[in-house]
Amino acid sequence: MQTKSNLKQDLKERAEKALDKKASYGQDFDLSEYEIAPSESEQVETLTEWDEKTQKQLLNTGVVPSGEGRSGSLVVLNNAVSYSSTKSENVELIPTKQAREKYDWLDDYAWNLVPVDADKYTAATYLQQPNGYFIRAHAGKKETLPVQTCLLLGNKEVSQTVHNIIIVEENAELEIITGCTTKEEVMSGLHLGISEMYVKKGGKLTFTMVHNWAEDIGVRPRTKVKVEEGGTFINNYIALKPVKSIQSYPTAFLDGKGAVARFNTIAVGHPGSELDLGSKAVFNAPETKAELISRTITTGGNVVARGEMEGNADDAKGHLECRGLVLSDDGSQRAIPILEANLQNVELTHEAAVGKIARDQVEYLMSRGLSEDEAVGMIVRGFLDVGIKGLPDELENDINETIDKIGEHAM
Amino acid sequence: MSMLEIENLSVEPADGGQRILNNVNLTVDFGYTNVLFGPNGSGKSALLRAIMGFGDYKVVEGRILFNGEDITNLSVDERAEKGLGIMLQRPPNMTGVKLSSLIKAISKENMDIDKVAEELDMKRFMDREINVGFSGGEIKRSELLQLIAQNPCMYLIDEPESGVDLVSINKVGTKIQEMLNANLECIGERSVKGKSALIITHTGQILDYLEADRAYIMCSGKIMCSGNPRKLLDEIKSQGYEECIRCKLNQI
Ligand SMILES: Nc1ncnc2c1ncn2[C@@H]1O[C@H](COP(=O)(O)OP(=O)(O)O)[C@@H](O)[C@H]1O
Ligand SMILES: [Mg+2]
Repeated sequence: MQTKSNLKQDLKERAEKALDKKASYGQDFDLSEYEIAPSESEQVETLTEWDEKTQKQLLNTGVVPSGEGRSGSLVVLNNAVSYSSTKSENVELIPTKQAREKYDWLDDYAWNLVPVDADKYTAATYLQQPNGYFIRAHAGKKETLPVQTCLLLGNKEVSQTVHNIIIVEENAELEIITGCTTKEEVMSGLHLGISEMYVKKGGKLTFTMVHNWAEDIGVRPRTKVKVEEGGTFINNYIALKPVKSIQSYPTAFLDGKGAVARFNTIAVGHPGSELDLGSKAVFNAPETKAELISRTITTGGNVVARGEMEGNADDAKGHLECRGLVLSDDGSQRAIPILEANLQNVELTHEAAVGKIARDQVEYLMSRGLSEDEAVGMIVRGFLDVGIKGLPDELENDINETIDKIGEHAM
Repeated sequence: MSMLEIENLSVEPADGGQRILNNVNLTVDFGYTNVLFGPNGSGKSALLRAIMGFGDYKVVEGRILFNGEDITNLSVDERAEKGLGIMLQRPPNMTGVKLSSLIKAISKENMDIDKVAEELDMKRFMDREINVGFSGGEIKRSELLQLIAQNPCMYLIDEPESGVDLVSINKVGTKIQEMLNANLECIGERSVKGKSALIITHTGQILDYLEADRAYIMCSGKIMCSGNPRKLLDEIKSQGYEECIRCKLNQI
């Protein structure tokens, strides 16, 4: 048996070897062009201490500065945790580094789902020994208020690296809202985020992530989820704002009988944006189910919507839906569904469609008295409505404003 | 002046092809309910869609006057703004758009649209995507609900009875009759005489529910004749549309 320090040495070597390993998808970033973000940042007593503009940035990503209606809050500014508080006994919410010092057993969870040498981004992140958030929902506890976390890039032209670990213990239920954004003046930078999530037997995790980056930010999240018997994982991903490049491919491993995963992705590719967004479900146990829904729009950016399902167990059932709207001649939409069945008793289906808004739909609404912009807005709003619930009003309003702008510029 | 005057209108599909309407002349006076008869494929729906300004047809000749104003080149929403409202024969599936969203966006403030929805048995459809998976009768009732919410000055109604079961026909017919006689906010002569309508009917069934003032018969994209709705319907029923064509040929 390997000792712990041997294991760590081994991981370090693997990471070092992978430092130049390009990712399979998305444009390549030269990490040496970015300074490492400060690993210390000012601690705040409450998030309402921050200036109005930063608070607004938080609100627009679903993070409520007052913490009202939330069971806990944690903010990572650059590479340091600058705020953390928990109001509920049902959950534990502390910085990842603190958690790893506190709990030896976390070595079995950290870097267990995401390989350190997956690509240069995971490798670089590992080697920086990043902080992040650790969230644990205690066994049997059903928390009704969401935990909110925020990953905030506060300096220009730096790379932020975070490592998050979420454990939903047996029969626990938890909802998490994570907002990723920049301070208003920060337009360029890189965000690398490792997230490892564990949903134990009978547990349920709803994870909603909102990305509001800026024009020149590169984003490389690496997310893997393990769902045990009877567990449910729901992932909502919202990225409606301009960004340089996001490439992500979160994967759920349905490892226990009857485990369920659902991925909802809504995103807009603005001019100059590259979005390569996938989601994947691996059916490793009988009677597992997954639904992968992607609704993407291009107003001039290049969008790739990937969806992948791999059926390795009996009575696995999955459906994949990739729909893309093209609202400009400059942008592109690619839908890439992949279905793989390695057994007979597997039912995987997909529907994919890319194209413009149908003229007859717009005219139908116009014949009821809506202007063309309003008609397009209503159709776009309907298109993006995948039934994500529980978003704060400010975020809903911001989403509506974004959609109205899309309506004005389309057609 | 009339509410609607179609003058010498010729129409082609926007993406090219054979003329669908040929030198059509038709008038709907203020407060009149006129009906348009004609066999399948004669161009009735094309005429209504062209009046509303839908982009699938282009006007190559003639003009459309609404309330005395030439609207031939106006956009669909401008025509709606002027007071035209349409009930389509086959409206598109509005994937993602909930009936409640549209109703909310177009309803006039002073209207109890909930009550209308109740009467049309449409309450349970408010959270559904418009027309998606709707039955024939549900489509008509949904169209009618939207039209009532919109409250236009003139109605263009395309085959309200097609694809509808008897119970729905009753609901739809009665409601259209009510709608035509409802109080209006339109100015001038219209408010004295009631709303105007042009109703396409293939079978004439709708005449069991409302009084029409004048009928036109269309065959092969042309208006064959006009006259008393009941008389013309009786003739069509006894002799078929072939007789109209023969009759028209005899006039020449
Ligand atoms: N967009 C179109 N392009 C080409 N032909 C069309 C188009 N729409 C209708 N037509 C043709 O025009 C004729 C009239 O159609 P329509 O107005 O729907 O008839 P009706 O409503 O009287 O049954 C039909 O022969 C139909 O096939
Ligand atoms: Mg027709």
